[in-house]
Amino acid sequence: MGIPNLKESWKNTINEVTIGATKEEGGTRGKTITLGGQSTLPFLSFEGDLPNKPVIAGYVADVVPDWPDVLKNAIGKEINDPIEWAQKNVEEFGVEAINMRFLGASEAAKNRSPDECGKIVEGLLKAVDVPLILWGCGQEEIDNEVLPVCSQAARGENCLIGSATETNYQTIVAICKADKHKIIAEAPVDINIGKQVNILLQDAGLDLKEVVMLQTTAALGYGFDYVYTILERARIAGLQGDKLMASPQLCDIGGEVWRIKEASVDEDILTGWGALEKRGPMWEAVCAGGYLQAGADLLIMAHPKAIKIIQSTINNLQ
Amino acid sequence: MIFIGERINTGFKAIKEAVINRDGDVIKETAIKQKKAGADYLDVNLGAVSAKPEDLCWMIEQVQDAVDLPISIDSNKVLMLKEAIPMCKKPPLVNSTTADDFKLDAILPLIAEHKASVIGLAMDESGSPKTVDARVEFAGQIFAKIMEYDITPEQLFLDPIVMPLKFMQDQAKEILGATAQFRLFSDPPCHIVCGLSNISNGTTQKKLINRTFAVMLVANGLDAVILDVNDEDLVNAILTAELALNKSIYADSYIDAFRS
Repeated sequence: MGIPNLKESWKNTINEVTIGATKEEGGTRGKTITLGGQSTLPFLSFEGDLPNKPVIAGYVADVVPDWPDVLKNAIGKEINDPIEWAQKNVEEFGVEAINMRFLGASEAAKNRSPDECGKIVEGLLKAVDVPLILWGCGQEEIDNEVLPVCSQAARGENCLIGSATETNYQTIVAICKADKHKIIAEAPVDINIGKQVNILLQDAGLDLKEVVMLQTTAALGYGFDYVYTILERARIAGLQGDKLMASPQLCDIGGEVWRIKEASVDEDILTGWGALEKRGPMWEAVCAGGYLQAGADLLIMAHPKAIKIIQSTINNLQ
Repeated sequence: MIFIGERINTGFKAIKEAVINRDGDVIKETAIKQKKAGADYLDVNLGAVSAKPEDLCWMIEQVQDAVDLPISIDSNKVLMLKEAIPMCKKPPLVNSTTADDFKLDAILPLIAEHKASVIGLAMDESGSPKTVDARVEFAGQIFAKIMEYDITPEQLFLDPIVMPLKFMQDQAKEILGATAQFRLFSDPPCHIVCGLSNISNGTTQKKLINRTFAVMLVANGLDAVILDVNDEDLVNAILTAELALNKSIYADSYIDAFRS
């Protein structure tokens, strides 16, 4: 009788989702990214297969977000132009995908038209050769106008499009099916709704192998532990055989961290918290590193220093 | 929950006739119907219709032509199993062995060789146990034997032996107690399975009794069950019991999602 094998063995693997299409695949991307495919929990390479490393996508928006100078200065003047910002992300920061948010489409911002957004997508596709993640401004009615045009502009490029929610998913399912893109299934820090959105997408005729799940990301200090446990529980369920939870997971770190005071207010107001120049990117990096442990496969990040730290974490741990 | 569909059994008249007349369509339809209802394994039982391994193999062939589910081979005869196991496309579940050494020593090498799984009945030749302790003792003997043959706990499905409620009312409590104890044998635990419909034999409320007892068994650690998987109320009750135990994640459409 041998020594029993105490390694955890899981029944299922996480779905592999590839984003981006090369010329041979009907797109124009020079590189694609593949998420998921694991047969064990993050970084436990002795226990199972981890065929694809987590991926960092660089945050880009069509207007300058309401961010602290520490971040805007670190990105540089290119932040004023989405094309240049995307190029800098790829060429200098070394990200493997671009996460484009059309914040300017909202009435409160620039009221940018769907056609203008579509033009920016075309520009991005020419300027960078990495896969694109495309979002509207977060307002359902506007996004239901903007995203179909963006999707059409990137037809065949196998983008990742965000996001389908429990109450608004039909338009986005239709455009993803028509233009051959992948879809983000979003839930509001609620694992039950997360599962329900996947059921709805499946009922709408979408293969769950086309889906990346997003639990609205919480910045460190603002419900991080809730989201962490959801990501971890979803991943464990997926590995245990719950096919509705076996999708790769996405975290919007940059989009959340830079909204909170801990990452945007300097020590003249937050006495004793240390210089923001160091604290801000550290906050983003620590938040991202934590979510990697929980089971995040795709991280949207903004600050070049935080990106560098997490690139190193990913390379050292896997 | 691992659902093992029980309908391909010559105890049912249509299946018996199908085997005698070599009418594969009836078996195929039964297989497809059970798969659609959510079965994970399909039990194939030749019963007393024939003692020829080729008849059992023919039944398995019909099932495998129709669906891609693994087979639960309902036979404890080594001669039958030697023929039937190798023709299974996916590692089968052998249903079943008792705790007798001569039985275990004959069947377990086949299980190890083919990386199959096996149902171990908590009883021996002398008959069915009456108490929790007797069940645990038999199950312990089986558990010790599988270790000798390098068979993992995940390949073992222990069966506490369900008795008819109508005739042996005191037994239900003993079965539930044994189920809870089987979970403690190892970590990760072996599977615990039962032939559920025994509980309602001879009663006038078969479905209700099956459903009620199934939920109680799930609460005590049952994670596999041989059942009529087309009994929707029964399957729904089991799915709901697993939610209540936090074994699966709730979603509003969890019932529909199971069958989609």
